[in-house]
Amino acid sequence: MTKVTMTVNGKAVSGEVEGRTLLSAFLREGLGMTGTHIGCDTSQCGACVVHVDGKAVKSCTMFALDAAGSSVKTIEGMANADGSLGVIQQAFQDHHGLQCGFCTPGMVMSSAALLAENPKPTEAEVRHYLEGNICRCTGYHNIVKAVLAASGQDVSSVAAE
Amino acid sequence: MHNFDFVKPSSIAEAVKALSNEGAQALSGGQTLTPTMKQRLAAPSVLVSLTGIAEMKGVCLGDDGLSIGAATPHAVVAAEAAKHYPALAALAGGIGDPAVRNRGTIGGSLANNDPAACYPAAVLGSGATVVTNKRKIAADDYFQGMFTTALEEGEIITGVTFPVPEKAAYVKFNQPASRFALTGVFVAKFKGGVRVAVTGASNNGVFRWSEGESALSSNFSGAAVAGLKVDAAEMIGDLHGTPEYRAHLVKVLTKRAVDAAR
Ligand SMILES: Cc1cc2nc3c(=O)[nH]c(=O)nc-3n(C[C@H](O)[C@H](O)[C@H](O)COP(=O)(O)OP(=O)(O)OC[C@H]3O[C@@H](n4cnc5c(N)ncnc54)[C@H](O)[C@@H]3O)c2cc1C
Ligand code: FES
Ligand code: FES
Repeated sequence: MTKVTMTVNGKAVSGEVEGRTLLSAFLREGLGMTGTHIGCDTSQCGACVVHVDGKAVKSCTMFALDAAGSSVKTIEGMANADGSLGVIQQAFQDHHGLQCGFCTPGMVMSSAALLAENPKPTEAEVRHYLEGNICRCTGYHNIVKAVLAASGQDVSSVAAE
Repeated sequence: MHNFDFVKPSSIAEAVKALSNEGAQALSGGQTLTPTMKQRLAAPSVLVSLTGIAEMKGVCLGDDGLSIGAATPHAVVAAEAAKHYPALAALAGGIGDPAVRNRGTIGGSLANNDPAACYPAAVLGSGATVVTNKRKIAADDYFQGMFTTALEEGEIITGVTFPVPEKAAYVKFNQPASRFALTGVFVAKFKGGVRVAVTGASNNGVFRWSEGESALSSNFSGAAVAGLKVDAAEMIGDLHGTPEYRAHLVKVLTKRAVDAAR
């Protein structure tokens, strides 16, 4: 076992990990932060997306030790300081951007990465950016609508409620 | 996944030393190797992460062309190569999805040499040079068939140098489930002639379509390849497409790449 230290949602954390411990496992099992979901565990679905030093990555495909010293942000860090839902989370709720909610943590983290790079994306840009996030429930329309709404754009004319 | 020791050196020299250990393997973005290890198709005893080596990262235009550090993620190439070599940047920006592009690297892609990967087409199509800790390898010598390269045991790619063509484009026909190329064609027009590299199509991995190259070298237009026929004998056949389908795609995508070249 090796000691690993990183910053998660602004707080310094550390724990004992093996070489093979994935970042997703360190977050979920090491830190008890189960908001980051494991869908496929094969780098395909995007449920496990977190930010490492500001970049969206699949935490099931990164070793915890490779993230040593990094600043990690997870879905647990997306709420406002008072515990209310953050802008993107609230938009997902308002626009029914989730059904079972399994894909939602990854969707929210990828959407946050998109909006950081491109604050006013078009519908096509949202769909393109979310290519690596699979949802088996919603049919995507309301996810796209939620992201557009979170970017402050008028979505009253966007179809599919 | 079997357990292993994880090391993260900060220089090429340290990485080469760590890789001389029995059972050691390089780890770059991990987008291919991690899933492979989960399936127990690889079980290194020491994993040597290359992502902490500053001298293996970055995009830089020099006298012999555009040099890209092997540990540079696809997303960085997409952003930083755009003004120097737009076709290469666009190829990098079309690999997988944003999270894959933030971790996956050019060196990892070339070392792996997946027969459906994008970068091999750019490297072969540009006549680039693969630079390792030991030597420089011309693209024409580097790719040796599916998942096979000129790399020796323990040798690491440190960077790639691309001569910048007058015009180029990469057109990929997506395999929508994997987001790899069902077939992809990279066309590059240099002063001395045209190179056409095809990925995703052949059982022998990335290859140059020499008939297309000679036709385009005398007339750089889509019409120049219209009358040619690509042999389906060596093409991949699977549930996504027959060998004939892929052979046809080679021609169609070459034409599209010529039309899109800038
Ligand atoms: C969902 C998904 C979609 C994808 N879509 C595409 C696509 O459309 N097109 C495409 O081209 N690729 C695609 N990929 C593959 C992706 O580009 C990988 O990042 C790439 O193939 C491997 O790079 P890596 O840095 O992740 O390498 P790793 O997985 O870390 O390593 C791969 C292999 O190369 C070796 N290696 C790594 N770096 C070096 C080096 N510098 N020198 C010597 N050996 C080295 C490793 O030991 C290992 O054997 C996709 C991957 C995923 C998960
Ligand atoms: S759980 Fe990581 S991509 Fe599916
Ligand atoms: S809401 Fe169920 S998978 Fe997306």
